[in-house]
Amino acid sequence: MRVLYFALLRERVGMAEETVALPENVRTVADLIAWLRSRSPQHEAALADPTMVRVAVNQDYAQPGDAVQPGDEVAFFPPVTGG
Amino acid sequence: MTVRVQREDFDTAAELDRLTAGNTQVGAAVTFTGLVRDFAGSAGVRRMTLEHYPGMTQRQLEAIVVEAQQRWPLDGCLVIHRYGELAPGDRIVLVITTSAHRQAAFEASAFLVDWLKTRAPFWKLEENDSERRWVEAKASDDEAAARWRR
Repeated sequence: MRVLYFALLRERVGMAEETVALPENVRTVADLIAWLRSRSPQHEAALADPTMVRVAVNQDYAQPGDAVQPGDEVAFFPPVTGG
Repeated sequence: MTVRVQREDFDTAAELDRLTAGNTQVGAAVTFTGLVRDFAGSAGVRRMTLEHYPGMTQRQLEAIVVEAQQRWPLDGCLVIHRYGELAPGDRIVLVITTSAHRQAAFEASAFLVDWLKTRAPFWKLEENDSERRWVEAKASDDEAAARWRR
């Protein structure tokens, strides 16, 4: 799975992108967040506050209960501030 | 419908001419231009960098335009959103809606701007000589977008 980070979350994690091999028990967006948070203090700092984290699966907005699969592109980013 | 995500500036008058050329069914064209504002209270914004999520940005903007076209009888609809380094006073976003009558063009324009502010994946980083900060999303933007929900 390709995982992307943008803006403040990218700076907190310390990378723009990583490729991860999903453990079998990671099936939803919420599972993925919990698993990523356990990977490093930087991940934890980036993803701990759910009000600051938006998720897109394959470039569409996703909710915590939505499914994720090994081939997905999953992006994490703060609430958007364009326009 | 046209959606462009680009680094370069745009020419509002030229875009408007292109959108309405040869179409005498159009009775109203509403043009919205968003500019980089120098925020009061801080030490002054020297430059702003607009980060985006290539691919998703285009996709989300197209989805928002499709939604507007389903809700209002539009003849034409154009959205241009810039990214990269910008300075106070620079143009960031252009939304043009055209329709036979003004009400559809006005309403669709407000809808598009409200929705793109809360859905299109862009993030503003403001910098001056001493500090840098990511702009935080505003609750008032969420409220503005919520009035179009149905």
